[in-house]
Amino acid sequence: MISFPNSGFVFLKKLMIRVGGACLVLFAAATLTFITLHLAPGDPVTAILGGSANPTPETIREIREEYGLDQPLMVQYALHIWHVLSGHLGASFSQHMPVTDVLWQQAPPTLKLMLSSLVLAWVFAVLSVTLSARKPFFDSAFSSLETFFAGLPQFWIGIILLWLFAYQLGLLPPAGTHGFSSLILPSLSLAIPLGGFLAQVMRESFKTTLDQPFVLTARARGLSDNAVRFRHVLRHALLPGVSLSTWAVGALVGNAVAVEFIFSRQGVGRQLFLAVSMHDMPLVTGIILFISVVYILASFLADILYVIVDPRIQEARA
Amino acid sequence: MSATNSLPLSLKASPRLRLPAGKHIGLALALLYLTLLILAAIAPHLLAHGNPYGIAPREAFTAPGWQHPLGTDQSGRDMWTRLIFGARNSLVIGIGSILLALSVALSLAIPGAFGGAVAEQCVKWIFEILFSFPAVVLALLLTAIFSSGTFPLIVAVGIGAAPGYGRMLFGQFLTIRHAGFIEAARSLGHSPAHILRRHLVPNAFRPLLIAGAMGVGQTIIWASSLSFLGLGAPPPAAEWGTMLAMGRDYIAEAWWITFFPGVAIVLTMLATTTLGRFLKNHFETSSS
Amino acid sequence: MNAFSDTSQSGLSVKNLSVTFSSGGVSHTAVHSLSFSLTPGEVVALVGESGSGKTVTARALLGLSGPHAQITADHLSLNGRSLLANTEQQWRKIRGAEIGFILQDALVALDPLRSIGTEITEALTAHKWGTKTTREDRVLQLLTQAGIPLAKERVHLRADQLSGGLRQRALIASALAMNPPFLIADEPTTALDPSVQVQILELLKQLRAAGHGILIISHDLGFVSRLADRVIVMHHGHMVEEGRTADLLSAPRHSYTRRLLDAEPGRRPPRPSTPARQTALPLLEAHNLSFSVKRQDGTRKHIVQDISLSLFPGRTLALIGESGSGKTSTARMIMGFQKPETGFIDFLGEPWSRSEKAGVPESARRGRRPRLAAIYQDPLSSFDPRWTVQTILDDALSVIHVPKPERMTRIRALLDQVRLPDTLLSKNPLLLSGGQRQRVAIARALAVEPSVILCDEPVSALDVSVQAQILDLLDDLQKRLHLSYLFISHDLNVVRNIADDLIVMQHGRIIESGTAQDVLTHPRHPFTQELVAAAHLIGDATSSLPS
Repeated sequence: MISFPNSGFVFLKKLMIRVGGACLVLFAAATLTFITLHLAPGDPVTAILGGSANPTPETIREIREEYGLDQPLMVQYALHIWHVLSGHLGASFSQHMPVTDVLWQQAPPTLKLMLSSLVLAWVFAVLSVTLSARKPFFDSAFSSLETFFAGLPQFWIGIILLWLFAYQLGLLPPAGTHGFSSLILPSLSLAIPLGGFLAQVMRESFKTTLDQPFVLTARARGLSDNAVRFRHVLRHALLPGVSLSTWAVGALVGNAVAVEFIFSRQGVGRQLFLAVSMHDMPLVTGIILFISVVYILASFLADILYVIVDPRIQEARA
Repeated sequence: MSATNSLPLSLKASPRLRLPAGKHIGLALALLYLTLLILAAIAPHLLAHGNPYGIAPREAFTAPGWQHPLGTDQSGRDMWTRLIFGARNSLVIGIGSILLALSVALSLAIPGAFGGAVAEQCVKWIFEILFSFPAVVLALLLTAIFSSGTFPLIVAVGIGAAPGYGRMLFGQFLTIRHAGFIEAARSLGHSPAHILRRHLVPNAFRPLLIAGAMGVGQTIIWASSLSFLGLGAPPPAAEWGTMLAMGRDYIAEAWWITFFPGVAIVLTMLATTTLGRFLKNHFETSSS
Repeated sequence: MNAFSDTSQSGLSVKNLSVTFSSGGVSHTAVHSLSFSLTPGEVVALVGESGSGKTVTARALLGLSGPHAQITADHLSLNGRSLLANTEQQWRKIRGAEIGFILQDALVALDPLRSIGTEITEALTAHKWGTKTTREDRVLQLLTQAGIPLAKERVHLRADQLSGGLRQRALIASALAMNPPFLIADEPTTALDPSVQVQILELLKQLRAAGHGILIISHDLGFVSRLADRVIVMHHGHMVEEGRTADLLSAPRHSYTRRLLDAEPGRRPPRPSTPARQTALPLLEAHNLSFSVKRQDGTRKHIVQDISLSLFPGRTLALIGESGSGKTSTARMIMGFQKPETGFIDFLGEPWSRSEKAGVPESARRGRRPRLAAIYQDPLSSFDPRWTVQTILDDALSVIHVPKPERMTRIRALLDQVRLPDTLLSKNPLLLSGGQRQRVAIARALAVEPSVILCDEPVSALDVSVQAQILDLLDDLQKRLHLSYLFISHDLNVVRNIADDLIVMQHGRIIESGTAQDVLTHPRHPFTQELVAAAHLIGDATSSLPS
């Protein structure tokens, strides 16, 4: 009674749905940015000019024409979407550079930060869960610790770490974008709460799995306790963590804003914040789109990873 | 080592769960803290004397000590006083945001879970899309629309947090809708209105309560995060996030200006989380 | 009669074994002074209901009782070596290599994320047996010996990709990997369909013939009686009776053993046949129902096809089928929760369900719903988790608009009918036993004054003696209240004495139908014959003996 589904066709169909969904997300992202920035008070012209100069009516008119700001709203929206679809992200008002250039510059540090934070968080979580399961005392102690860490605000941890390691102990640089040492403190700030959260989820899952009959079967084969934990239980316990990692990526981007700010680190988070305060629509749109793309990719990867860890066909999942 | 599958049924957790003593202490502390917090919000004069806004330049940057238990900030204001008076702001922001977030969340979750197959699919898609925007990013965008201030902050955080809660509530409501006792009620012959009133709403209330309890702490953190970036109540407001931001510049010399507001925020988070978990535990053990 | 000696040199020897669990100041003795022995080539059955201590005993024999257990015995030895003072390391050498362990339900007893090949190989590597290639060969050999054809293709499959019978065999194969002389099987067939149960029974017989000593844990006396040489009956942790199978079954001495035997479904007298009264109008009539779903790859999976049935007043129609036969879908269509793709259903003479696009609106059904009640396999999930028994029954009475002042009297009367005490009114069903919960479910069903009750595997999750009580209750209620039952089950033994008419389903189709007596005594379709044979095989040993 072995079933061989028509996997090729199914895969393609699923892929199409994913891609369609992704486009929808990007479309929504572009629309959202358009709406918010047009609802914002303040004249974009001032933003474009940098706010300091006192523009003549001619200059204002010129700029309005150049940036299409004199067109009716719907037309501007259509143009906006068209630009996004065709990949013309325009030029940043505040930086006077093509948006793509800004992204090219600012994205790598953020991506590095996110990746290292995610990896660190996972390391913390896995270590915490596997090492503490020996005795009940450790179990509840670590669990409380994880809850505590999970609730700490990233920016606060950042500040404390900054104070401790950079100012008091002088071990690590307080600011900077390049180099390994400047990555440590920011990553820790993001990794600690995320690690606590992941650990909690996986701990829960670990415990539930330990009660399963197949664990008993494994013990009855003569496996040692460690072998049972690592070879059987761990894989099951990791699953919820993998699903959560998609969400985690999104959360990391959001929290990266504050962390990049604190550590004066280049990155899209900080840029986004600056761009928003300057009403720099092209840049804001560009960054939001970038974030959406990252999220979509992360989601895709997480799904693939999940299937690798748990190949069972999820027919029951509606 | 958890080997509860080898414990006979008689010894497994009985429905009237006897919580281990540790959990009781945690809950008691959490409730104590929250009571203090609410007191600070309603009647700050009871807990702190002095003026949270008065400047006293000669006492600036005093380290924590007898006169000023938590030190003074860069303008000489007593930290303890400012924290207590700031409690109201923070609570208002926290509660306001979570109420807004849950309202928005419910307006999507309820039609999606109980409205029929088409509505369910639509809402699923909407959440897929909304969820791709991290809460902070959404909130950040929204702050662009408004100037800084408490009310805009509440709106920004509330709407930013809504997708997350919406998705969670949506999932839980769906579980309730597909629960065996709902079908049993239908098969008895109850009308949909009756099922809604006597089964769906009361059972849906629980996850909502838990989300609300735990959410207050969460939203306070998000709000303070935005305040920290300068988007909340502007200085010299006694709002915790703003205080944190102000203290950042002086972190090398006067760590307490930043540290204590952070402690207050974290403690609030811990307290609400503990309360939320207790509620969750309580509800889960008094049902199947 | 006593078949154990104190110092048996070959075999498992247990004398006065006691197991006590302590946790948080509370302690509970699960097993009191149990004594028995097991020698190679014989099968001993440990029989009892839930809470009897049989599973605890099994675990204790492998040192898997957990950290809260205290194990004492005058004597607990394997081939002369005492196991009482074993360290964890010593236990590990014994587990799998000298004593194998088989749990019920291979779907969860094997790691769902690993292939059966990996699982079996693990049994070998745990004892550092062989090299990579020799292990591969051994795994294939074990699978084939366990009766799994096409072992080479199947070795890479996971448990969920195999049928129930095959994966149970894979589980047994993994337990046999190191060829342990002794095996402990904890309810090895409980989760299986009857036809598969017979196959596993044969496999276990082969293992006995090959010289293994097997300890079977079971609640099913019928099954055990076909396999065991000796039976030990346990009740609340005590051994109440012990002896050779035939002796124990024909002349039970202890009252509890007698109770267990009497409760055996196979023992219960078959239903006196009443001819189908063609004059009466059917209460429920279904014709040519079918239902299918679309698979992910676009093909159609037919769940049920061309199902027709009629339910007459005062009679029980039993629907028999194994898992996957379509009984659940049929039940849902009958209840009106699933629209059929073809056919129609009439209830009480009026349309109940139609396959046309417009169909029958729920509002047309709602008025009649109280007349069609239902009870399920898991009553707990059908109760609102916050409600007490009283609220449940009160709510049911509100459907038929019983005025509030009258309700309390009616509730008491209902509890009386299902033989439950009033004291349970204020309790949440969570706190009740399985049998009590089912009675509450029956009381709720009766509250709305039904003509028909759909019983969907109502006793499958209950202990044997409780099963008998619930079936008796249902029988009694039917006679007194002139109810009709649509009784769905996979177990012929259960329906044997409650069914007037019988329908057998397989792969979504009806393969045989008629009066129960006809079908059971002269089954025509090969599958029905298999089912009947399986039921007889398993129930026969007890039923063919004078009670």
